[in-house]
Amino acid sequence: MTATPTIRAAARRPVRPVVPRPGRKQRKRSVTLTAVTGVMLIYTILPLAWLLISATKSQEDLLSTFGLWFSGDFALFDNIADTFTYQDGIFGRWLLNTLLYVLVGAGGATLLAALAGYGLAKFDFLGRRAVFAVVLGGIAVPPTALAVPTFLMFSKMGLTDTPWAIIIPSLVSPFGLYLMWTYATDAVPNEILESARVDGSGEFRSFFKLSLPLLAPGLVTVLLFNIVATWNNFFLPLIMLKDSELYPLTLGLYTWTRQANTVGGEVVFNLVITGSLLTIVPLAVAFLLLQRYWQSGLAAGSVKQ
Amino acid sequence: MVTRRSWIGWQFTGPFLAVFALVFLAPIGYSAYLSVFRTRLVGGTSFVGLENYTKALSDPQFWEALSRVTLFLAVQVPIMLGLALLVALAIDSGRLYGSGFFRVAIFLPYAVPAVVGCLMWGFLYSTRFGLVGNLNEAFGVTLPEPLSPDHILTSIGNIVTWEFIGYNMLILYSGLRVVDTALYEAAAIDGAGQFRIIRAIKLPALRGPLVVATIFSIVGSFQLFNEPQILDSLAPNSITTYFTPNVYAFQLSFLGQQINYSATIALIMGVATMIVAYVFQRRSLKGVA
Repeated sequence: MTATPTIRAAARRPVRPVVPRPGRKQRKRSVTLTAVTGVMLIYTILPLAWLLISATKSQEDLLSTFGLWFSGDFALFDNIADTFTYQDGIFGRWLLNTLLYVLVGAGGATLLAALAGYGLAKFDFLGRRAVFAVVLGGIAVPPTALAVPTFLMFSKMGLTDTPWAIIIPSLVSPFGLYLMWTYATDAVPNEILESARVDGSGEFRSFFKLSLPLLAPGLVTVLLFNIVATWNNFFLPLIMLKDSELYPLTLGLYTWTRQANTVGGEVVFNLVITGSLLTIVPLAVAFLLLQRYWQSGLAAGSVKQ
Repeated sequence: MVTRRSWIGWQFTGPFLAVFALVFLAPIGYSAYLSVFRTRLVGGTSFVGLENYTKALSDPQFWEALSRVTLFLAVQVPIMLGLALLVALAIDSGRLYGSGFFRVAIFLPYAVPAVVGCLMWGFLYSTRFGLVGNLNEAFGVTLPEPLSPDHILTSIGNIVTWEFIGYNMLILYSGLRVVDTALYEAAAIDGAGQFRIIRAIKLPALRGPLVVATIFSIVGSFQLFNEPQILDSLAPNSITTYFTPNVYAFQLSFLGQQINYSATIALIMGVATMIVAYVFQRRSLKGVA
């Protein structure tokens, strides 16, 4: 409901990819401006640098040496090995769980959003406007506001403490649907679909054979943001799961930190830190490799006026 | 656009709508249902009408939580968006060395899970072995403890700023990229300087993106949960069970076993968030859209 008019006004403009414009390259660069912006860069990078450095330290060195430089023994590989073997290798289990939730949850959400966004863009049907209004309203409903109500309902249905409790809520992404609708409107020409119909192709066949390849950049963007949402999910698993065998990485790391507060609990900050680093790396790599896609995807969908 | 094949559109949107109904509409409806009942140890569950709502409105813990997130909204959001705006303008100016690197590196925290972000900052904040402890030792000073009850909200504000500054920067930056370059050229011919171009062309162009970024931030502030909940494991004495409305709703249903009241709080906050975001959007886009 909230962001609707802004977003709707944005919908049918052509997509300009986010690349440096030739006309601007000639402008004189400023050392001062670079230095000032560099302060902000230090702010965003500093904690990550601390994490990387700390992951190379043993538990004792962590407590006794200066945080922002390497010192003591180089224990990164020991830490990684310990992270994967601690508590019978439960970290590996959490990693596999996270991959499962991401694969089924984010993958499924992207497919459902693509089908529905395409359906809204390319077919007129009774109730289409109502569907649109309800789903756009859904963008404004924060997932955290739904977490407790969903838990109360799922516990009545006997779904809590199962993988479904994490996967099912991840399957819906109203914002993803909106982005796919925008893409499908512009990227798939109606003429292609019309001639496919003349040739006797079914609508679903046309979708998978003709439209899906044209939607690829939009799909990558939606998939990437769904992956982040699922990979980083914390509130939902926190309330849905009791069995630590089902935890995703985020919840697992959280319980390892809490151990320090329980009586007789073992303090494993070096494992928490190394585990955190291992949790970040796959997403950071994905973002860096796919930046061309998500930057133009964001530009196309969320902000144009 | 195909018109006559009305059933095919439903086939494409049907799967999404089915799951949407299950995880968006049904929980809202179920909470509304729960919110008009109350379970007592003696006497079981009974219909109480709007009693849970009147209870919430006169609950000092709920009001304290609500005013805390309102304060957070009023202070943290302008700082974060102001910084994001400056970075976006700097990168868009084309006068930075390595602007592509700046863009990606400042965005990077967005890909870091809240759990990891809070743990990193939580360790840095630690006077025992974090950066604050290092600084105290090195300079023989006693800095304020970021994890103490007095400073915890500021510390959370810093974490949230760190997590989302790059995301907001990207929203604003994308808004600047769609400005027609011919406008800049025309302004340059007229002798307009950089600041004049920012004021006359760039800021007006950013109105829509700023509204979008502000709405996301309003929602984020009102629904604050992850950061206080995670920091609680590093600073158990600083986070109360009613620190934010969402923490309160969580504690009520999991530790207090008061699910009816918890559903009421969640519902009130969900509706309040939507109303504030909606009113903000209507007011700020008046005469634009």
